[in-house]
Amino acid sequence: MADANVKAAALEEKEPFFGKKERKALSDPLNDNNPITVQVLGICSALAVTTMVKPAFIMALSVIFVTAFSNLAIALLRKGIPKQIRMIVQLVVIAFLVTVVEQVLKAFNYETWKQLSVFIGLIITNCIVMGRLEAYAMANTPWRSFLDGIGNGAGYGVILLAVAVIRELFGRGSVAGFKIIGSTNEFLLNTSQISWLGWYQNNGLMVLPASAIFLIGIIIWLQRASNKKLVDVS
Amino acid sequence: MELFNIFLKSAFIENMVLSYFLGMCSFLAVSKSVKTAIGLGAAVIFVLVLTIPINWVVSEMVLGPNGIFHTDLTFLRFILFIASIAASVQLVEMAVEKYSPALYNALGIFLPLITVNCAILGAALFMVAREYNFAESVVYGVGSGFGWALAIVAMAAIREKIRYSNIPAPLRGLGIAFILTGLMGLAFMSLMGINPATYFQQ
Repeated sequence: MADANVKAAALEEKEPFFGKKERKALSDPLNDNNPITVQVLGICSALAVTTMVKPAFIMALSVIFVTAFSNLAIALLRKGIPKQIRMIVQLVVIAFLVTVVEQVLKAFNYETWKQLSVFIGLIITNCIVMGRLEAYAMANTPWRSFLDGIGNGAGYGVILLAVAVIRELFGRGSVAGFKIIGSTNEFLLNTSQISWLGWYQNNGLMVLPASAIFLIGIIIWLQRASNKKLVDVS
Repeated sequence: MELFNIFLKSAFIENMVLSYFLGMCSFLAVSKSVKTAIGLGAAVIFVLVLTIPINWVVSEMVLGPNGIFHTDLTFLRFILFIASIAASVQLVEMAVEKYSPALYNALGIFLPLITVNCAILGAALFMVAREYNFAESVVYGVGSGFGWALAIVAMAAIREKIRYSNIPAPLRGLGIAFILTGLMGLAFMSLMGINPATYFQQ
């Protein structure tokens, strides 16, 4: 056992600062190992914050921050944490980082904080954070875990934004607050004057949480159709 | 009667998974076979039955203005709730590892992830928000755990049934599970208008 540790340490020293494994840790979660569509982590918040683009974007940034730094902290501490209390240690780290995010958001962007307040708190129970701590940071070096955290946060953010754009466009006729379709004279386009954009009636289904589930299901379908090795053979 | 209403409401009308979409991660990942689903469902019921009364005591006796510190400490609610949940889950994990290694292996990473199952923390927060008393919150814990277990077992049963259906290959597994959950959620939305209190009065 001790021998294996020495060997592993020697291997780690030889590896480059940003080699193949590091790149893999960063890029894998974006497609091949996406936290939402492949690992099935962090679905709850994906349903709740995706009715509009702006809160989804802030949420994605917060999650990237929390996953990256909690992965880093746990990877640094991993050899000193007893197995029996590891969950409590992990949760304290996560809860601390989430509190930091919440306070920063409250100070600099009060409007969005008010919109998101409950869901920022629910990052604590976002399975991505703890799932990556258990599956990756407990067994890897700090630098690689940090990149894995950024990658997973970004993979989550990509899906979140895709769902939010579709839901806001069809549910409210706008993207990030700018009206695009539907009969209105607000914002950039005076669409009530343009007949080919004005006919659209907002789709009420898109505002319901069930629509996010359907959309993620369809995203999974498209992703697996283009990436055959993800197809479930069982 | 009041307690029975709370049980019915939390298990069916305000079902954690299908009405609030809480606890989706493990719901989707562990619903491949009925047997594992029953195991996880039982674990979630157990954790809820354990943590809801503990968290009720914590929020009333420690955090509330009438508690032992005589100050309003509600800003500590998240951390204390999650700590007591984590401790209970660790207990359950050790018990399952000792008495049922097969179930322990089948549940894998999703056993420690019960801690971050939104349904558990969500139930604790709903309990506070609705100002339940002790007996009501115990019943609420049992009811919402039962509802969660019911949903995951139903889902696992459907997924076992559709195993040999002719689904497009890329949609198989996770994709169809999402679409099924959405359909079940739409179906459960129709229960939302039913109020058991008025039903029993008639």
